[in-house]
Amino acid sequence: MSQTSAEPIRLPIRKDTDLTAVRQHVRALAQRVGFGLVQQTKLVTAASELARNTLLHGGGGMAQISLVHGERGQGLSVSFVDSGPGIPDVGLALSDGYSTAGGLGMGLSGSRRLVHDFDLKSDPEGGTEVTITCWNDSLRRGFR
Amino acid sequence: MPGASSIPVLDFGGLLLVSIQGELPDDAAVSLQEDITDAVVRTGSRGVIIDISSLDMVDSFLARVLAEIAASSRLLAARTVLVGMRPAVAITLVELGLSLPGMDTARTITDAAADFGVTIADTVQEERNTT
Repeated sequence: MSQTSAEPIRLPIRKDTDLTAVRQHVRALAQRVGFGLVQQTKLVTAASELARNTLLHGGGGMAQISLVHGERGQGLSVSFVDSGPGIPDVGLALSDGYSTAGGLGMGLSGSRRLVHDFDLKSDPEGGTEVTITCWNDSLRRGFR
Repeated sequence: MPGASSIPVLDFGGLLLVSIQGELPDDAAVSLQEDITDAVVRTGSRGVIIDISSLDMVDSFLARVLAEIAASSRLLAARTVLVGMRPAVAITLVELGLSLPGMDTARTITDAAADFGVTIADTVQEERNTT
């Protein structure tokens, strides 16, 4: 499994301008880890989608950005935690076009396609945690 | 003149030019739609050119706002052309599942203006010709 290195960055998600801060921090760290431009953009976009979910569906929460080391080398992991109502049907929520907030329904399902690892834990009683990770192994594995 | 979104919607005599710079908070994106549709009606413009070359990310929220700007402008008899999308943004949008069908695109503002029959002179070319 992956190991966390250095201090993770914790950011509140309470209002829509907080999404900007999440995007900027993820971008800066993705550059530091040495991700290519496309991979940076994919991770920042996925983080933006999930941060908005935390705000709109979770009623706010926090993001935690961590540098990680694993079998696939160095990576960047971003977790989104809220104590909102939770997701009753995770399978349905992850399907393309499913939306409860009047959006395009591509946020959750689409962001999963943008990253290497996607982990979603939701308690039907309340609370959701989504963690996404990208690994800097693009050259070896031919990932764009 | 900047409206509620604080993003200038410039009237170039029948064409509106909007250049989105840097980070765009969600509420500003929504205000931009109102600013543009108001400007379309006020100026009677036939076209809206939206330059997104400085955006390093377009997520599904912003994609939806852009699509809605295009759809509402079309109902007001103006066509919207999206200009200058970065390659990494295009790749990410397609993988996200959002290929923005129904939105016209162009490489440059010059190309987009040419779509509307408006010629923007290439200053570099003219300098070459005069030297």
